[in-house]
Amino acid sequence: MTPKIELRGVKKRFGSKVVLDGVDLVIEPKTSLVIIGGSGTGKSVALKCILGILRPDEGTILVDGEDITHIGGAARDKVMRKFGMLFQGAALFDSLQVWENVAFGLIQGRGMKKKQARDIAVAKLAQVGLSADVAELYPVELSGGMQKRVGLARAIAADPDIIFFDEPTTGLDPIMADVINDLIVSTVRDVGATALSITHDMTSARKISDRIAMLYGGRIIWTGPTAEIDHSGNPYVDQFIHGRADGPIKMAVKA
Amino acid sequence: MNPFAAIGRAVLTVLAHIGRLTQFAGRSIAAVFSPPVYGGLIGRQLMSIGYYSLPVVGLTALCIGAVLALQIYLGGNRYGAEAIVPQIVVLGITRELGPVIAGLMVAGRVGAAIAAEIGTMKVTEQIDALTTLATNPIKYLVVPRLVAAVIAMPVLTAIADIIGVYGGYLVATLNLGFTGSIYLKNTVDFATRQDIVSGLIKAAVFGFIVALMGCYNGFYSKGGAQGVGNATTNAVVSSSILILAADFVLTAILFHTS
Ligand SMILES: Nc1ncnc2c1ncn2[C@@H]1O[C@H](COP(=O)(O)OP(=O)(O)OP(=O)(O)O)[C@@H](O)[C@H]1O
Ligand SMILES: [Mg+2]
Repeated sequence: MTPKIELRGVKKRFGSKVVLDGVDLVIEPKTSLVIIGGSGTGKSVALKCILGILRPDEGTILVDGEDITHIGGAARDKVMRKFGMLFQGAALFDSLQVWENVAFGLIQGRGMKKKQARDIAVAKLAQVGLSADVAELYPVELSGGMQKRVGLARAIAADPDIIFFDEPTTGLDPIMADVINDLIVSTVRDVGATALSITHDMTSARKISDRIAMLYGGRIIWTGPTAEIDHSGNPYVDQFIHGRADGPIKMAVKA
Repeated sequence: MNPFAAIGRAVLTVLAHIGRLTQFAGRSIAAVFSPPVYGGLIGRQLMSIGYYSLPVVGLTALCIGAVLALQIYLGGNRYGAEAIVPQIVVLGITRELGPVIAGLMVAGRVGAAIAAEIGTMKVTEQIDALTTLATNPIKYLVVPRLVAAVIAMPVLTAIADIIGVYGGYLVATLNLGFTGSIYLKNTVDFATRQDIVSGLIKAAVFGFIVALMGCYNGFYSKGGAQGVGNATTNAVVSSSILILAADFVLTAILFHTS
């Protein structure tokens, strides 16, 4: 079977700073993969490279077997219709009301009627635990966690084939975090989407993923089924999932 | 520090900017002529670029027209040519001051607002979010502003022309002893279609410049609040300079003087 997404030797640097140094990654259809890794290792950059927001310096990105590394314009828009993305900072349109944000991809991207798009938006908001009266508010009137959930509703609004979640549970209370975990699991299990998530929250990672990949030093240093994460035999992975300050990963802090 | 290296680097930076701007302008113009067209967004921009600029453009046009009449009177007075006031006022306003004043005012008001809005969207990843929602940011953000500015500026300028001439008329009739009906007759008889049309063509070009520089600087802003601040300043400064440069070039072209 063709992988849903495949990265081959993707490299990205900013100036002299190398962030991705040859990332290889395969995501099978209808599975959920979580990328873990320290802060600033380039997890968000990797997602943005796949989405074409950042252009990789080297390497190839395939979606459904199609090389999308260098496509643009209408071809890019067409591929983008397969995707939904939750940004780490929510990235809501602050000039639009909450429901318009959620319905944006339906109205602008797919040309749906406003009335129908609004109903879907309200239903999606309910799925992330937001009531219908929130729909009329503007993003600045929401708390951080509420904004995140609106971003989530926007990402799943058009029932995309592939969904990226950049830290979906950061900034949420533990109960709401679990609601969101369930939502991600059900979008993959029931809707049949392919999910790629980034998280630091190991409870969430274990719950939502079929496979886990660890990014370190610009490469994927370990990848395997979620059940094997505790027996990876990789000292970097062990240190990360147990959150130990001592180990092969050195944090650049002065004592 | 090698001075040649420094000069070379500066030249390369400028060339890189020009190249990027040219590319951006090309992509934007191409996007104007390809579907989808966001009519509602163009309407909204017409309001904020055109309608809300009316007070500031009207007020400056009134003042400029008034002061122009006064200056021409005082200058003409030196050799008994003060009767030329209505002719010179209408010529100066329609050909030059109407479009240039409107252009500079809109650059300050609208160019800055466009750069700040798009710049903020850029640094908060809203523009990235647009692409992930299968919406081309150039079409969604740039095209409506470009189209609205190119439509609104000639209209604003036409209004500025009328108000400017009226400013001159007020001063001439109230302070300088002109008879109203004669002033107006001289104005209408003297002004040619070319005077007015050339000014409106200029205005359309200035509108394009203001919207393009606002969008361009917003799109390429980086680094948080300070970056957005720089983008805003650059948008106003660069569009003002380009307006004045374009004014010269357009005058030379439109009136075949070389
Ligand atoms: N647009 C950019 N320009 C310059 N450097 C950037 C840019 N985007 C990211 N970087 C750099 O790339 C590195 C990786 O950033 P990224 O946002 O991918 O980290 P991350 O792994 O998502 O971290 P976190 O878990 O904290 O979100 C960082 O060191 C950052 O400074
Ligand atoms: Mg990140």
